[in-house]
Amino acid sequence: MTVTLPPNSTAPAPKLQPTGWLRYLSFSVDHKVIGLQYLVCGFVFYLIGGALAGAIRTELASPVADFMARDVYNQVLTLHGTVMIFLWIVPVVNGAFGNYLIPFYVGARDMAFPRLNAVAFWLIPPAGLMLVASYFITGAAQSGWTAYPPLSITTPATGQIIWIVSVLLLGGSSIFGGINFIATILKLRRPGLKLMQMPMYCWAMLGTSILVVASTPVLAGTLVLLSFDIVAHTGFFNPSLGGNVVVYQHLFWFYSHPAVYIMVLPAFGLVSEILPIHARKPLFGYVTMVYSIMAIVVLGLIVWAHHMFTSGTPPWMRLFFTIATAFIAVPTGIKFFNWLATLWGGKISLNSAVLFSCGFIVNFVLGGITGVALAQVPFDIHVHDTYFVVAHFHYIVFGGSVFVIFASIYHWYPKFTGRMLNEDLGRFHCALTFIGFNFCFGPQHWLGLNGMPRRVAEYDPQFTLINQISSVGALLMAISTLPFLWNVIHSAFYGKVAGDNPWNALTPEWLTSSPPPVENWVGEAPLVKEPYAYGVPIDEIDLSATSGRDLWSSGK
Amino acid sequence: MTSTLPVQPDSTDSSEIESTETHGHAVEEHGDFRMFGLATFLVADAMTFAGFFAAYLTFKAVNPLPSGAIYELELPLPILNTVLLLVSSATFHKAGQAIRNSDHARCRRWLLITASLGIAFLISQMVEYFTLPFGLTDNLYASTFFAVTGFHGLHVTLGAVMTLIVWWQARETGGRVTAQNHFPLEAAELYWHFVDGIWVVLFVILYLL
Repeated sequence: MTVTLPPNSTAPAPKLQPTGWLRYLSFSVDHKVIGLQYLVCGFVFYLIGGALAGAIRTELASPVADFMARDVYNQVLTLHGTVMIFLWIVPVVNGAFGNYLIPFYVGARDMAFPRLNAVAFWLIPPAGLMLVASYFITGAAQSGWTAYPPLSITTPATGQIIWIVSVLLLGGSSIFGGINFIATILKLRRPGLKLMQMPMYCWAMLGTSILVVASTPVLAGTLVLLSFDIVAHTGFFNPSLGGNVVVYQHLFWFYSHPAVYIMVLPAFGLVSEILPIHARKPLFGYVTMVYSIMAIVVLGLIVWAHHMFTSGTPPWMRLFFTIATAFIAVPTGIKFFNWLATLWGGKISLNSAVLFSCGFIVNFVLGGITGVALAQVPFDIHVHDTYFVVAHFHYIVFGGSVFVIFASIYHWYPKFTGRMLNEDLGRFHCALTFIGFNFCFGPQHWLGLNGMPRRVAEYDPQFTLINQISSVGALLMAISTLPFLWNVIHSAFYGKVAGDNPWNALTPEWLTSSPPPVENWVGEAPLVKEPYAYGVPIDEIDLSATSGRDLWSSGK
Repeated sequence: MTSTLPVQPDSTDSSEIESTETHGHAVEEHGDFRMFGLATFLVADAMTFAGFFAAYLTFKAVNPLPSGAIYELELPLPILNTVLLLVSSATFHKAGQAIRNSDHARCRRWLLITASLGIAFLISQMVEYFTLPFGLTDNLYASTFFAVTGFHGLHVTLGAVMTLIVWWQARETGGRVTAQNHFPLEAAELYWHFVDGIWVVLFVILYLL
């Protein structure tokens, strides 16, 4: 690998692709353009998924199905789950921030396979449009985002088939992205940058991409078999034809449990980037963080059957999966204490990015505690398929991943656009989201413990009040989107000019202009061996001991 | 920013700087990761097969067949298929050796033999399909058999098409596959070995177990 860079080259960028705003609608191979394409496209689908969630909470404000018919309710909840997971969280925490940041972090000018990267993005809008359009054309799938047979075989076929094709396309996009991230992180690192010197988000994306490559194909194969059951009337998962529904559940959760980590590990990585900068302290425990991520990757692949404790799972399997699941709390706990130790004694600036990150820590700990509880068979059998599971899941993916997405937008918006977001509006957005979120999903724990089943349009009238509280929380969350939307649109034109490095950060993406030029740096890419060297007078940094390990551990 | 160290450009590369400057903003050479990317993709592909095999083995262990169902498989044809694919792996390897020696004619001959063996495999597989005592929807075992072998057959079909494309690209004049640039051939070769390897596993699991 030779570096043949003209120092401070002033040659103009090649004009092979559209420039200006038009490039965001083009088949651009620039990783920054693709990253923002993922982000904006994902946010559009977040609004759609949010509207669907609003419809669900409106329906559940009263115990009878008066807002929409029951089969429409099934379609709405299926679309809500699928859109939010496959079109919002997975593309944004992986595709958007990964594509934007990873080439900077490894000191590269683009991803390893730029065209594959563009293909991966452009699979998403058609798949998403097809999925949403199925509601208007034939009626969407009704079997939830899990598409468990025999429900998915007996509900109307057309919507289910469109759902399968759409998820297959999105899975393909995800796999292409995963291959690209693995190649970029392992092979495209700048000469001299060692693995243990990379910013933590690189490790998170490496772990996530390993999970994507190992588990997404299994879901794809399973859905192909499911489509055979629907179209060709085979009996893989159809009990009336001698099939076995539990095999579907095993194969589905072999992907879909790791999918939780695919949504959450990148969020862990992003928080690890945000907190040290705003606390002006090194990331605590870099090495333990790396090993925790890899432990989560390995454990994440062998715990899937804890979703199936009520599916006639044999006792040895229950025992194994309970213990394996409980083990995951260890590396996750290590990461949380590392973040707390990073904040501890730091000069924390309480801006929107930090507030959202702290909101994430609070919510995710709550979701993690209910997760450990759900891993215990006796408890899980009691609350399986109730609103307790819904509450737990949303504390992980909304309280966890989505809070981090917002934190990341507040943190990296100055880099994306060159302008700052309005901090007052940002703090207001954060407070409203946090309050609305906890009002919406906190009471659902109570509903679940008292036996309200999930995925139903009607419920026992004794649950009315709690459901209405939950719906008010959902309304607050919907309202909280408005200041955010105003903020990002208004600030793009009238925001305070940010400058290259408004946070005085050390990670490589801040060491170039805002927004960065095509190919990221004019001239040489910087070699950042101490991405978290905060809190030490800059002339005291020991350059001979350059490693990514935090200075905290070496006693500084 | 004291934590950033600029890498000194290698002075021996100065001639390259001159020649590449016209290409754009900044030109750096890096290694070729295309084979690495393909290998990563094949790991993903292997996981799809792993899912199918796991489903097959579970079905076989857990789900009894309806009474009267036949699932005895004849072995001669699958053994012939195994031999065809293993030989074709060797012939593809021969083609790779030939192109590294710039022997285009020999390379193309071996490629053609490889593709023919692949197509012979597909024909033989078709013959087996039509002589089997069960159809796609007869029972769980039959469905799984067709799904797994069919998915593999799809891979062989793609591999044969790729081999023929490489055969076309390896022509003496005007082709893009040469002794210096044999990535398309190498990629198709890796894929072909992968498909053959999967077949061996498939043969053991479906026909021998």
